[in-house]
Amino acid sequence: MDFLKDPVTFLANQLVLWLTGLGLPEGVVRFLSFSIGAAILATSSLLFVIFLIWFERKLIGRVQDRLGPNRLGPFGLFQPFADMLKIFTKEYVTPSGVDPVPYNLAPVLAVSSVMAIWAVIPFANTIYGVDLDVGVVFVLAVGGLAQLGIILAGWGSNNKYALLGGFRALAQLLSYEIPMVITLLIPVMLAGTLSLTGMVTAQDVPFVAVAPLAALIFFIANLAEVSRAPFDLPEADSEIVAGFNIEYSGLKFGFFYVAEFLHGFTSALLFATVFLGGWRGPLAEEIPILGFIYFAIKTSLVYLTILLVDATVPRFRIDQLLNFSWKLLTPLALALLVAMALVDRAMVGMGVESIWIRLPVFLALNAGLFAAGAYFLDRARRRAPRPVVSGGPRPVARPENFTMQPK
Amino acid sequence: MLEQWMYIGIFMVVAMMLPSIAIIIAGLLSPRRPNPIKNSTYECGIETVGPGWPQFRVQYYIFGLVFLIFDVETVFLFPWAVAYNRLGLFAAVEAALFIAILAGGLIYAWKKGALRWL
Repeated sequence: MDFLKDPVTFLANQLVLWLTGLGLPEGVVRFLSFSIGAAILATSSLLFVIFLIWFERKLIGRVQDRLGPNRLGPFGLFQPFADMLKIFTKEYVTPSGVDPVPYNLAPVLAVSSVMAIWAVIPFANTIYGVDLDVGVVFVLAVGGLAQLGIILAGWGSNNKYALLGGFRALAQLLSYEIPMVITLLIPVMLAGTLSLTGMVTAQDVPFVAVAPLAALIFFIANLAEVSRAPFDLPEADSEIVAGFNIEYSGLKFGFFYVAEFLHGFTSALLFATVFLGGWRGPLAEEIPILGFIYFAIKTSLVYLTILLVDATVPRFRIDQLLNFSWKLLTPLALALLVAMALVDRAMVGMGVESIWIRLPVFLALNAGLFAAGAYFLDRARRRAPRPVVSGGPRPVARPENFTMQPK
Repeated sequence: MLEQWMYIGIFMVVAMMLPSIAIIIAGLLSPRRPNPIKNSTYECGIETVGPGWPQFRVQYYIFGLVFLIFDVETVFLFPWAVAYNRLGLFAAVEAALFIAILAGGLIYAWKKGALRWL
């Protein structure tokens, strides 16, 4: 019964008991159990990507009125395995004149930086890699490592498109990091801790209900951080071929691909942890496996939203993308942070401690700022000059406009 | 405390090792037949002119600089946000002033045209 309730802790205890039984000193036992735990978590994150690739291809296929992969196995489930085997045996074409160290380091860095986030995410009450007390800062710091991977790839490839793509990706990631970090400050403020586990425990009311605007800004900034449409400029194939990964082939390219998918899912994990209450739910504390299921459901909902946005909206232009971050999201996030802090402290100062009384005030604040943001966005749209392609009458593809009629 | 960072250290090593080992194994399995044309820089079939590291927009640097200001700002704001529940209205006003000064920096950069994509 214990095993069914909480398999991970049960297995971990068994492992520690077995290792201690071998007569190893305590430090070695700890080191070995940590290593095994880390290896299992990292490998499962990588293997999970195989499923994610299948899921995304199937879903995007359905959205575009196609079937998606459907040949190998039931519902095409084995397609990613076939792709993986194929990409494993592909030749590495290393272009002449690359800078070898950044060129080879970039794909490894891109994947490992995303994987490192999994180390601090609480999957359930007792299922987590480590409860780091600076979890949020760690997540942001490792996110910076991913940007380093991209700029290394762009710089090391000795290719103009790669360099342009790398700089573009970097400008985008830098711009959207700011609203993301500022909106992350609001959950930190409400929970009073930087630890992700502590943040989940603090969410008696999910933070998405307390600060919906912060959740929205965080979601948008996260979309940009993982380069999903409408923010997929770094991989705009019609403009800069493939961007920073143009000169990569074989498994080195494969790992950029893996990093992209894993990053998308990891951002959903992060959103579910910070704003949707993570593993919280009825009976989740007594039965950790139930908490894991709640967390999986919440994460899937967020990931599904990301995928549907990815499948339906067109791409931004680079100036629109940067303006959107610097002239709308950043001021809005700053205003929200200041307003929430001041109003909350003023209310606590007046003796209003209950979250249920503060909640409507917070909601009104969020709604007001959202309306202000929407107003400024609309005003900017109306003020922007609309480029006119041509003044005269343009030929339309009608049968009479063709000089040569089909017989 | 130290144990947490030991786990992080082990995890980082594992996370770096898994892709590296996979890349090395794939390198051993895959064929290797380089030739000069295959290894030339890919530019959609057009021959490459000049070096692969051309001049690029200075605008990227300006965005980088503005980013730096705000990144440092958030570093200062994190401790405040953690201790927030134990502080009074005065600390919130102080943080608001601090953010207002930096927002002034953003407005300055905005009016100067640093945020305009040319």
